[in-house]
Amino acid sequence: MNLILHVWRQKGPGEKGQMVRYEAKNVNEDMSFLEMLDVLNEQLVLRGEDPIAFDHDCREGICGSCGFMINGVAHGPQRGTTVCQLHMRHFKDGDELWLEPWRAKAFPVVKDLVVDRSAFDRIIAAGGYISVPTGSAPDGNAIPVPKKKQEMAMDAAACIACGACVAMCPNASAALFTGAKISHLNLLPQGQPERYERAERMIAQMNIENFGHCTNIGECEAVCPKSIRLEVIAFMNRDFLRAKWVEGEEPVLASQG
Amino acid sequence: MELDSRIPGGPIEQKWDKARFEMKLVNPANKRKYSLIVVGSGLAGASAAATLGELGYNVKCFCFQDSPRRAHSIAAQGGINAAKNYQNDGDSIFRLFYDTVKGGDFRAREANVYRLAQISVNIIDQCVAQGVPFAREYGGTLANRSFGGAQVSRTFYARGQTGQQLLLGAYQALQRQVSLGRVTMIPRTEMLDLVVIDGRARGIITRNLITGKIDAHVADAVILATGGYGNVFFLSTNAKGSNATAIWRAYKRGAAFANPCFTQIHPTCIPVSGDYQSKLTLMSESLRNDGRIWVPLKPGDTRPPDQIPENERDYYLERRYPSFGNLVPRDVASRAAKAVCDEGRGVGPGGLGVYLDFSDAIRRLGKKTIADRYGNLFEMYERITGEDPYTVPMRIYPAIHYTMGGLWVDYHLMSTIPGLFVLGEANFSDHGANRLGASALMQGLADGYFVIPYTIGNYLASAKIEKVDTSHAEFKRCESEVNERVRKLLSIKGKKSVDAYHRELGKLLWDYCGMARNEQGLKKCLAKIPELREEFWQNAAVVGSGTELNQVLERAGRVADFFELAELMCLDALHRNESCGGHFREEYQTPDGEALRDDEHYCYVAAWEYRGENQAPVLHKEPLKFEYVLPSQRSYK
Repeated sequence: MNLILHVWRQKGPGEKGQMVRYEAKNVNEDMSFLEMLDVLNEQLVLRGEDPIAFDHDCREGICGSCGFMINGVAHGPQRGTTVCQLHMRHFKDGDELWLEPWRAKAFPVVKDLVVDRSAFDRIIAAGGYISVPTGSAPDGNAIPVPKKKQEMAMDAAACIACGACVAMCPNASAALFTGAKISHLNLLPQGQPERYERAERMIAQMNIENFGHCTNIGECEAVCPKSIRLEVIAFMNRDFLRAKWVEGEEPVLASQG
Repeated sequence: MELDSRIPGGPIEQKWDKARFEMKLVNPANKRKYSLIVVGSGLAGASAAATLGELGYNVKCFCFQDSPRRAHSIAAQGGINAAKNYQNDGDSIFRLFYDTVKGGDFRAREANVYRLAQISVNIIDQCVAQGVPFAREYGGTLANRSFGGAQVSRTFYARGQTGQQLLLGAYQALQRQVSLGRVTMIPRTEMLDLVVIDGRARGIITRNLITGKIDAHVADAVILATGGYGNVFFLSTNAKGSNATAIWRAYKRGAAFANPCFTQIHPTCIPVSGDYQSKLTLMSESLRNDGRIWVPLKPGDTRPPDQIPENERDYYLERRYPSFGNLVPRDVASRAAKAVCDEGRGVGPGGLGVYLDFSDAIRRLGKKTIADRYGNLFEMYERITGEDPYTVPMRIYPAIHYTMGGLWVDYHLMSTIPGLFVLGEANFSDHGANRLGASALMQGLADGYFVIPYTIGNYLASAKIEKVDTSHAEFKRCESEVNERVRKLLSIKGKKSVDAYHRELGKLLWDYCGMARNEQGLKKCLAKIPELREEFWQNAAVVGSGTELNQVLERAGRVADFFELAELMCLDALHRNESCGGHFREEYQTPDGEALRDDEHYCYVAAWEYRGENQAPVLHKEPLKFEYVLPSQRSYK
């Protein structure tokens, strides 16, 4: 199949960018979207042109490196799928596609489709961990974890920090990302000692980073390649609120996450 | 060059305790006076950086990705082994040790492997405490599954995303140290050289991938945890960015490279679909718990799988290896797949595939159970191939997955350059000639959480490390060499893409130094690689400048190093006149096609020393002694 691509080209962080038109010819339907771009880039390089920069690494949908907007949708049309796992069989001959980088104040453009997502790392550094120095852990089976709790924690922990949630949100909110990590850790018995402090600190950092507020629109859930559910945001908000009550006290309701 | 493995004396179960007791310590107040560099932020790098930060050292950690959380450990699917014996099925530290030594086809160091098995139990505890959501039973205890090469269930897992969850645990511990100011994280930066001063590793030269700026970093010791070199084959299950540049630069500065020809071919990957293909995708080994592998009995049978009756199918692994069946180790399963395809019984386009069939398991356990166990893998398979594995058997074929070879290290994980430590897949230490499934995660975390924190303290406390800074002449020399190399790469304004050269190199290696090797092929390959490399330096298309994000330049530098490494791999494969583990020399096989080891002549680690441009590397041998697991022909029948 043949496609028309309009790709956002921007030399560097402070520079002015624009959409540039390319033709992708003889695209094979078994190619992944990124492989289609590889082929185009190879042609650009042979013509002496600057290839389109995009982040990517594992190409298995797990590292979270890749991602851009395809016709206004983060990671493109297939649900629960990153662009590296999106295959060309979902497109048809003659399709015209607009590729843009994640758009959010908190994710400045680095070049073309590459953005700076280091704000996510800082949110994790603010409290997205359990403080357990190496060597100080009890036996793995010392604290039983109900299977259902573990499954819920795992659902939230599946987040790959790609940033699609922020890119798709009209407010550019990072609530799904932050809520997922808070839910993962706060659901587990191991996460209880720092539970409320964690919620407060991560949310504070999220606000510092220029992400917008969540107004429960739900676009984030719709484009999340790992199908993280909106519930994690409610969970986060509840823990944030409850933090106000339990400040300075032992979290008495800890086991009821 | 002398290879002193520094294996402690005494009975094997006491060696690590003894070593730890004898190691010198750095007093807590003095730790903050030392600075350490960690290159790589995967399981080994992140766990090391976090733990060293906790201990009080000043740590700088580098990764080429935009965040340490994206290192390729994240893609590991199936699980992590540990000798917990929670299943009460006969596991023990000794059994994990035994299985790993045997699985490695008697080409690993016994003492290292025993330590790995001992530490495995602490790893699980640590990860659980960090909040890794391992699979649980209804009673809340940890669940296990089986993996290849073992007859006990000792693999812990978090759905098909075990690597992700373990890495996030280590990453979160790392970010905690970042927030405490103990670790400085430097992402989007790649190491391009190692600086050795007075015989000790004292720093690295890096390139900022966004600005192109070349920088020098000084430290009291350098830790490389940069992963394996499987991408030398172009098509592998590695991430696109995974590369050998850091370890290759260290090799060229004097670190011996051990067993470079020991590469692992994973039996269950999605077959290649076209020449645009950029990488291969693994389907976890755990699938072999419930999937049955088969091909048609007759060559050239093109009927769809559901129309081939049971008695016209060959479940060749179950037939050839009745006691391990579909769970034979990876090297054995891969070779068996190649053998049936060579007989013309392969399935799918080009006949390069075998079926991995779940229909029996679905009948026995129900679709829901199978979906619970492997749902995300089935979805990934369907996304890539467009076929539904619940109704049509998966098609799989072997692909390059892991490299057992790597920089030579002693028992302390120190290379032949004092002060240069190497962890995880980047070193050669624990897997011999073949790695068992779910052991890579175990080794990465063992090295980072529980080995390096002790051994590096011993080094710092016992070595007399002079004070130097980046104005030292050697830093300046390395920096200018790096600049010169970048300039040289940018000056090749050729007509053929870097990827095209890489593909060609990968094809050569796959054909001659892949699943099966022979003397003639290896010699042919050794003649072709330098020609192709020469052409690359004349005709590769490298565009753009060195002062911006330039992904073509990054790739060109990595491919240039792969060319050199490929030659060393072939040299190593050619010199090892035996078959062992992943190294299968066609000349050396038993009448029924199994690997034929030669313990009399090749029971050693082959460590290669770099001697300069256009000079042959020198082979050093570290003899391997087996006192606890006596070498025998590996049998999984």
